[in-house]
Amino acid sequence: MLKLEARPEASRFWRIGSPLLALALTVLIGVGIFALMGKDPLKGLAVFFWEPIKSAYALSELAIKATPLLLIALGLSVCYRANVWNIGAEGQFVLGAIAGGGVALLADGGSPRVIVFAVLAAGVLGGMLWAGIVALLRDRFNANEILVSLMLVYVAELVLAYLVYGPWKDPQGYNFPQTRMFDAVTQIPRLLKGSRINVGVLIALFGALGMWLYMFRTFGGFQLQVGGLAPAAARYAGFSSRRALWSALLISGGMAGLAGAIEVAGPIGQLTPHVPVGYGFAAIIVAFVGRLHPLGCVFAAILLSMFYIGGELAQSRLGMPKALTGVFQGLLLFTLLACDTLIGYRIRRTGRA
Amino acid sequence: MESFALLVAATLNAGTVLAIAGLGLLVNERAGIVNLGAEGMMLCAAIAAFATVVHSGNPWLGFAVGAGVGAALAAAFGVLVIWLNTNQYATGLALALFGGGFSAFVGVGYVQEKIATQGSHAIPLLADLPFLGTALFRQHPMVYVAVLLAFAIIAFLYRTRGGLVLRSVGENPDAAHALGYPVRRIRLLAVMFGGALCGVAGAYLSLVYTPLWVEGMVAGRGWIALALTTFATWRPLRVLLGAYLFGGVTMLQFHLQSQGVDVPSQFLSMTPYLATILVLALISRNPTWIRVNMPASLGKPFHPGG
Repeated sequence: MLKLEARPEASRFWRIGSPLLALALTVLIGVGIFALMGKDPLKGLAVFFWEPIKSAYALSELAIKATPLLLIALGLSVCYRANVWNIGAEGQFVLGAIAGGGVALLADGGSPRVIVFAVLAAGVLGGMLWAGIVALLRDRFNANEILVSLMLVYVAELVLAYLVYGPWKDPQGYNFPQTRMFDAVTQIPRLLKGSRINVGVLIALFGALGMWLYMFRTFGGFQLQVGGLAPAAARYAGFSSRRALWSALLISGGMAGLAGAIEVAGPIGQLTPHVPVGYGFAAIIVAFVGRLHPLGCVFAAILLSMFYIGGELAQSRLGMPKALTGVFQGLLLFTLLACDTLIGYRIRRTGRA
Repeated sequence: MESFALLVAATLNAGTVLAIAGLGLLVNERAGIVNLGAEGMMLCAAIAAFATVVHSGNPWLGFAVGAGVGAALAAAFGVLVIWLNTNQYATGLALALFGGGFSAFVGVGYVQEKIATQGSHAIPLLADLPFLGTALFRQHPMVYVAVLLAFAIIAFLYRTRGGLVLRSVGENPDAAHALGYPVRRIRLLAVMFGGALCGVAGAYLSLVYTPLWVEGMVAGRGWIALALTTFATWRPLRVLLGAYLFGGVTMLQFHLQSQGVDVPSQFLSMTPYLATILVLALISRNPTWIRVNMPASLGKPFHPGG
């Protein structure tokens, strides 16, 4: 018989080892899925783990998808450390895209280049507004933030649909539900000629640094984490739980909104109903796999970005459904949670009782 | 008058999905476990049931497979949460995300498939009543099952020893453990029951409500069902009424869209989600009321002897 025995102290080894073991298990199950569908597992693994890193072009695409994942996950890490369960980052991302896109639509060829900052700022504010609704309802009405933030995802997607099918539809767009392409001055600058990689990736990396400073080097970040780990201790110390709630939600909403604005003012360049592709949900997994730590989130964002690209390639190269991405994402989180047991417990063999 | 009767009938039809899922989730929450994976279980059950009917043509087999898939997924969730003490919110979320991805993956080949529309079954005599017959008594059998289920769960929870044990496990697992009840096994059974009903609800969606498969077709109903248990302060009859209320909101919204009301359709489509937020805020406003009614150990891990 096997038995779980509580460790006297949380294992530092398994804190890092658990995501790696979870990844190994996910890959193992993935090999099984490929084999079951009659595909060569080696080819399957190659599209997920080799193709996305094999050339400079592939790497730039990897970075483009990792950027929103990292930005959103950084904000969610703060939220989850504060024990605030914001799972509606997808909606905050969409609102950021709408707000940023709205500003970009105001621009024309004569607009000054600084309008890029206005686009990004609008994205941040849009995301903050959407998360602010969650904070307000939690704070004033005690409404469960999980359900409210999730319901607002559907609302945000419908707002986006209304705009691109209605008032913001491109009159010269052959009746497609999309805005006109944004003017070049609103585009965030690219890093290299010939690749789509843009300064967004630098913003995300600086964001990781900034978030590390906030979490581990400021009093506000400390208060927030104490509130999450030990609410009673935080109350005793006089830390305001309301302030922690508001800052956690506004930070994560702002980060998700920023990601949305960078997405539409960068790789996409217009608003369409297909702006949301689940980054807000995948970022939840990034945050957990990254151990709610900025550096961990960087690696996890790259990994989940590989899953996205791998899914697309599996569709075009192997004729498998793109939804494979979602299967692997879910499996990774499942196995991670199971493996995390090893942090607090060890497995002991016991004699038959 | 006839169109109003049809609207009532459609409301019952739409509310049934929420009622069955909500009642299932109520039972596992009464045992102290909150399963945020409802949406994922419903999606997987919806495609499993749909595929079963495509291949076998037997809707009842479809419902059974849906229930089985829901229960199996819930069991996986339950083992993680109950034995490995993983965080209930995170694990439920994992199930929701996995279910969304997995159902889309499996369902790719079934997007164009069609199955026979499930006819409504008129109850003899009652169906011939003016107005009431059309409104209430010409429904799919599952609509009546949902109502019976609510009363069966009431009887179980409040009138049987098993129901008392289940509630005590949710209120105070340590005390139940001290009395010698197998807390973990009871919780697993409750979670699997919740999953099975979510599965039936998902199957109803893809077999009866809109007999087809579309990726993500549950469209937040799993989350609304989760919200319903809070609205209902964990009482079965209120879950039933709440489900019909939301079914009514959905149907009214469709009705207005088809009448060509001068409001963009997207705003009408928002109403079920906005209504959920609104009602949640109104009901939760009084924290004491929620605290008194909520199963005391809801969402908290249980370590026997710890």
